[in-house]
Amino acid sequence: MVEMPKVILPAAEAAAPAPTFTGNRALQIEEPLIFEIGSAETSGVDFEEPAETETRLGGLERTDAIGLAGLSEPETMRHYVRLSQKNYSIDTGIFPLGSCTMKHNPRLNEKMARLPGFADIHPLQPEKTVQGALALMTELSRWLLELTGMHAIALSPKAGAHGEFCGMAAIKAALEARGEAETRRVVLVPVSAHGTNPATAAHLGFTVRAVEAEPDGTVSVDAVRAALGPDVAAMMLTNPNTCGLFEPHIREIADALHEAGVYLYCDGANFNAIAGKVRPGDLGADAMHINLHKTFSTPHGGGGPGAGPVVLSEALAAYAPVPFVRREGDAFRLVEHADDAPEGAAPFGRLAAFHGQMGMFVRALAYMMSHGADGIRQASEDAVLNANYVRARLADVLTQPFPEGAMHEVLFDDRFLKGTGVSTLDFAKALIDEGFHPMTVYFPLVVSGAMLIEPTESESKQSLDQFIDAVRALALAAKAGDAVRFTEAPRFAPRSRLDETRAARDPVLSYREKTPE
Amino acid sequence: MALIKYTEDHEYISVENGVGTIGITDYAQGKLGDVTFVELPKIGEKVKQGQPIAVVESVKAASDIYSPVSGEVVEINEILNDKPELINQEPEAGAWIYKLTLSNTAELDKLMDQDAYLAYASAEG
Amino acid sequence: MRYLPHTDADRRAMLDTNGIADIDALFAAVPEGALRRELPDLPRAQSEIAVERALSRLAARNVPASSVPFFAGAGAYKHHIPATVDHIIQRSEFMTAYTPYQPEIAQGTLQYLFEFQSQVAALTGMEVANASMYDGSTAAGEAVLMAHRVTRRSKAVVAGGVHPHYRAVIETVSRLGGFAVDARAVDPETSFDADADKDTSCIVVQMPDAFGRVADLSALAEKAHEAGALLVVVVTEAVSFGALKSPGAMGADIVVAEGQSIGNGLNFGGPYLGLFATRKKFVRQMPGRLCGETVDHDGRRGFVLTLSTREQHIRREKATSNICTNSGLCALAFTAHLTLLGEAGLKTLARINHANAVALAKTLGSVPGVEVITPAFFNEFTIRTPKLGAAVIDALADHGIIGGVPASRLWPDEPTLANAIVVAATETTTPDDIAAFRAALEEVLHG
Repeated sequence: MVEMPKVILPAAEAAAPAPTFTGNRALQIEEPLIFEIGSAETSGVDFEEPAETETRLGGLERTDAIGLAGLSEPETMRHYVRLSQKNYSIDTGIFPLGSCTMKHNPRLNEKMARLPGFADIHPLQPEKTVQGALALMTELSRWLLELTGMHAIALSPKAGAHGEFCGMAAIKAALEARGEAETRRVVLVPVSAHGTNPATAAHLGFTVRAVEAEPDGTVSVDAVRAALGPDVAAMMLTNPNTCGLFEPHIREIADALHEAGVYLYCDGANFNAIAGKVRPGDLGADAMHINLHKTFSTPHGGGGPGAGPVVLSEALAAYAPVPFVRREGDAFRLVEHADDAPEGAAPFGRLAAFHGQMGMFVRALAYMMSHGADGIRQASEDAVLNANYVRARLADVLTQPFPEGAMHEVLFDDRFLKGTGVSTLDFAKALIDEGFHPMTVYFPLVVSGAMLIEPTESESKQSLDQFIDAVRALALAAKAGDAVRFTEAPRFAPRSRLDETRAARDPVLSYREKTPE
Repeated sequence: MALIKYTEDHEYISVENGVGTIGITDYAQGKLGDVTFVELPKIGEKVKQGQPIAVVESVKAASDIYSPVSGEVVEINEILNDKPELINQEPEAGAWIYKLTLSNTAELDKLMDQDAYLAYASAEG
Repeated sequence: MRYLPHTDADRRAMLDTNGIADIDALFAAVPEGALRRELPDLPRAQSEIAVERALSRLAARNVPASSVPFFAGAGAYKHHIPATVDHIIQRSEFMTAYTPYQPEIAQGTLQYLFEFQSQVAALTGMEVANASMYDGSTAAGEAVLMAHRVTRRSKAVVAGGVHPHYRAVIETVSRLGGFAVDARAVDPETSFDADADKDTSCIVVQMPDAFGRVADLSALAEKAHEAGALLVVVVTEAVSFGALKSPGAMGADIVVAEGQSIGNGLNFGGPYLGLFATRKKFVRQMPGRLCGETVDHDGRRGFVLTLSTREQHIRREKATSNICTNSGLCALAFTAHLTLLGEAGLKTLARINHANAVALAKTLGSVPGVEVITPAFFNEFTIRTPKLGAAVIDALADHGIIGGVPASRLWPDEPTLANAIVVAATETTTPDDIAAFRAALEEVLHG
């Protein structure tokens, strides 16, 4: 039984369109849940019946109704295509989410990842039948090590946060080898860090000590020295940092840490600002994850999958987890167990069942080969140029907490909205009505009403100008007192503002919950 | 007449006959926004002054509640399990969070009285 | 460079807007000497043709599963994926979207996540499921940490039939987090045996186990619950949900599974997707993103990410997990394939998988010297031959057969398993494949 969605006319709004009978609005079509349109009997897949009829399930046959709904093939296609049309995407327009690096996703990469020689091989088939895959992983490693100036790499982490765990685990293993794991239990994290940093440290049994930033948004050597002590294991630092600033004292900080026997973990989320220009290894990093889904353009896919290979300094190289690839003459081997590791290696363990995100490795390598050393460098320069162009053109209408310098992303705060009755969230929602995905809002937490814009190198000057013109027009409208434009936004999206309080107070997380058997 | 004191973390404690009733202030609920969930302590739990004992959550934030004084939890406000929004509606009345027996009444001296708290909160903005 | 839109004139104009002469003025904060003047020691940009040629050459050095009779499983399974699924996940609006942080323009992603969560809850027989984890093994590690939080205990008991790589992940995250693991002996006969004491937060058991064996877990669930512990059930073959009694019906408290089998290719081990389901009363201790139903300002149904206060971006060091990016697009592949299958289709698919495995077991069991040691199974079982498993698999590969996974590759420290091979069949297995396997195996063992 399909219930038509209710259409409620927004109260007495002059410009509001008359409601339709269906709830649809031309190309915006309401789509029920599969459970409301499908049935238990319907299937969109045909099978050939096998000859064998004996069962050996040990009496454990499932006899209950599972509660799934099926659709025929045309219905399935239409359902998901209609859903897709309710999404904004990088293929639709600029996606300036700061700290997220939403760049163009070349389709060549998709085509390469779907070659049967990569997409249709099993992680545990004989090594001699996957030499090309192991060669590809080795080649990817060469590129990433050269770009970062580091010593060794662990490919298995499945996303950035998983990579953080890997790098920090290697640090813990190194401390164990030094006999200092029990005494060094504190990790320094700047207050502006991504939430994954303190969460990772805590999951490894470390306690977090916050390091305050200077008034200019960067971390000072003195602040680090003040936080150092014999109980400190590591510092986690994002560079460029989450305010979009390159940490100018990074080398002195690294030196101070190393003198104190402390490791430097670099969060590589913002590597897109410096790839091909600056090598984290030259700055003193001991470990850094690389978000292949950010810097090297594997698609974000609405939240994943990602890939988070970790590069390690010489001091940490021995502790890389299994599995990893080893070259022996012309052949490539997989080391899958610690006992099998070469002399001197002391893997800290295993992070995932198999060898890493192979599908992402192929895409990232295709991306890097396409760019080449020269293109990667140019991409970083264009990313930084684009952010600074946005900064220069918005500086007179928005407010910047740290007006000096920006790398690949530029940070604004909400001081320009003071007294307008418009919040950062309202401003973001109004941008939706103008046809743009908003910037990152309310992050980093250290700035009031933060708006973090990362245009990436994929945007042309025309595209940037369109976005900038829209932001400028909105800023002027807010200051002119046109608050309704913001507080009632979005008006033209598939949904108006959603009630998140209701969702959290009385969570409905699955269809079956509403229809108890 | 109960004695009411306040902390810098915006908890209040109202003490009567050696039992303290603890919740968050009206100012605090205003800062937090719509409350969606309250993680209550367990009855019998012993807590020291300043230790986290409960959590009040809104959509985008989770705030630890630090016990204003030391003692043992004797009662919790289970209405908040079903009606967390009560914290927004009547924070300093029906939406108390827990009650405890005080183990050291001298700790109350370190807390603010109402006038001092109101001045403190208004200075915070 | 074809992906970079700017002309030199554009760059010049934009530098002028910034009032600078040279791009390196924007890198002024980089310490002296660290800003590299020379290019990285890597190849220069290449055309699409050149990249395609080079990568195709590497791909050609691998043997795709579909090109040979193929019987490897052990946590990753070769299933057929309808063409529709790959088209859906390549829709721009799905593939090139970010995490749905602006729900008004991400209802497509959010609604499929709600459908995904609903399907996973139904399959596992649980009340709530999250929006996916990286894979089954990392989900298993997270389940153990969650059980510690729920029970406020700190030891996990891991049954011997849990996939050794999953066990290794559990051991790694536990050891580094300061928790204990009591891993039971690896023995196909006792692979479900475990018990709990007052320190045990959970018993972790896999069903079907890593040898392919199936068993009723109800008694084990009771044993766990009597001791105040949770039962965590691991499933590495998601198609088995269509044939076997659900873990929820047998008393599981947390179910984690590898979802690759539905909608996702082998991909040499990743990307895959972890399924994570539990009872609603534990929802605030769950890791990962959750999508929930709500209404918009105009009263229309809509979906949002919810209960985010569990997550790292709000709770930081007190978060239930550090996970951020998950397996969104793999979850879409899973949910689209499962929508195509439906209840009837999934049950048929599972029946065919089982029938082909039974046929395979009969055929291999008839080869002299070969013993099928798994009494009851779904689509995977273990055989023992007179020769070393690794040598047999190697020789079979020379005959153009991928004949399964040698147990010695999974458990190198278990000499009693040296001659064992874990073998899987799916709906893609044909009678010809089985006949070819039999002929080659006879040749390798007795030829």
